Amino acid sequence: MKRVPVSVRLAVLGLCVATALVLTGAAARAQDASIDITVQDKQFQPAEVKAPADKRIVIRVINRDANPMEFESHALKVEKVVAGKGEGIVRVGPLKPGRYDFFDDFNKKNKGTLVVE
Amino acid sequence: MLAALIIVFREVFEAGLIVGIVLAVTRSVARRGWWVGGGVAAGVLGACVVAVFAGALSAAFAGAGQELFNAAILSIAVVMLTWHNVWMARHGRDLAAELRAVGEAVVSGSSSLAALAVVVGVAVLREGAEVVLFLYGIIASEGSSGASIFLGGVAGLVLGALVCSLTYFGLLRIPGRYLFAVTSFLIAFLAAGMAAQAVLFLNQANVVTALDGVVWDSSWILSDESVIGRVLHTLAGYTDRPTAMQLVVYAATLAATFALMKLFAPAPKAIAAH
Repeated sequence: MKRVPVSVRLAVLGLCVATALVLTGAAARAQDASIDITVQDKQFQPAEVKAPADKRIVIRVINRDANPMEFESHALKVEKVVAGKGEGIVRVGPLKPGRYDFFDDFNKKNKGTLVVE
Repeated sequence: MLAALIIVFREVFEAGLIVGIVLAVTRSVARRGWWVGGGVAAGVLGACVVAVFAGALSAAFAGAGQELFNAAILSIAVVMLTWHNVWMARHGRDLAAELRAVGEAVVSGSSSLAALAVVVGVAVLREGAEVVLFLYGIIASEGSSGASIFLGGVAGLVLGALVCSLTYFGLLRIPGRYLFAVTSFLIAFLAAGMAAQAVLFLNQANVVTALDGVVWDSSWILSDESVIGRVLHTLAGYTDRPTAMQLVVYAATLAATFALMKLFAPAPKAIAAH
């Protein structure tokens, strides 16, 4: 007995699941919180930002320096390379209240905190 | 120099583990060096291309280009690894039996080898792009210390190669008849971990936001950032704050892999009964 149709069926099932997930993801999330963090002269500005708990948070990282930077956070599980003179969007959450540290992985001295409350 | 060494080593660490596993898996297949080497070379080339277009990639898809790209190449790796496992379940026994019949093994093994070469290429590409960007950033900003950074980068690469050979020779200590069973398990967990990581990227890209609550936080026992945490993260997809969706996809990938391996495995008794 040929088993090939099984893989086809799996692929179709996978496509259906993926489509459903995309649709649910796009439908929700009208009330995201947005935050801007600028990197200038190798410093996060502001170095401490506040965000609401239990909401999706959209962080726009604006790199004004010429060098690329990497917005990284272990607590937020984010690693995002932002080109020199570029911008990056980081989406996290919903998060529980607490302090979430982040840093520039290409310049470890540059640190900041996301305060969720 | 030390900063360059640490960053480069951290990035090549994961690729080193994966290349080591692939080399061990394919040890009985002739000309695997070309395939694996080709995978590494293609990965390095791809990393440079990705680094050059990092800005455009990041801005693509409403700022989610980088995440979607990562999720896509991780998914490719998951499919390739799963396919390899299924292939091994079907042909592994013949391959082991024909260890000496190299000519035969090359013909039958090359399609599976191509899948693994893709996995190697993807691993190098993912980690390499960041190394290129980082080194470029340093050289652009502090041109004078270029030589020292170069040395640091090379030292990091050498340490990565060391990880690769330790993995390889460690796996070779396993007797040949168990090697395929062990590597099949390794690869199944590797694939499940990559699938779970792809979920995280899709979440950050706003594509998969269902079940996105963090289920537990075990960072106080074993942090992702510790050495053991990093090894387990690469090998088995360990993460200290998994979301529900990551756990679901992890379990589903493992279940699908083992189900497919069972489905495609030759069943001599069943054939004899017909």
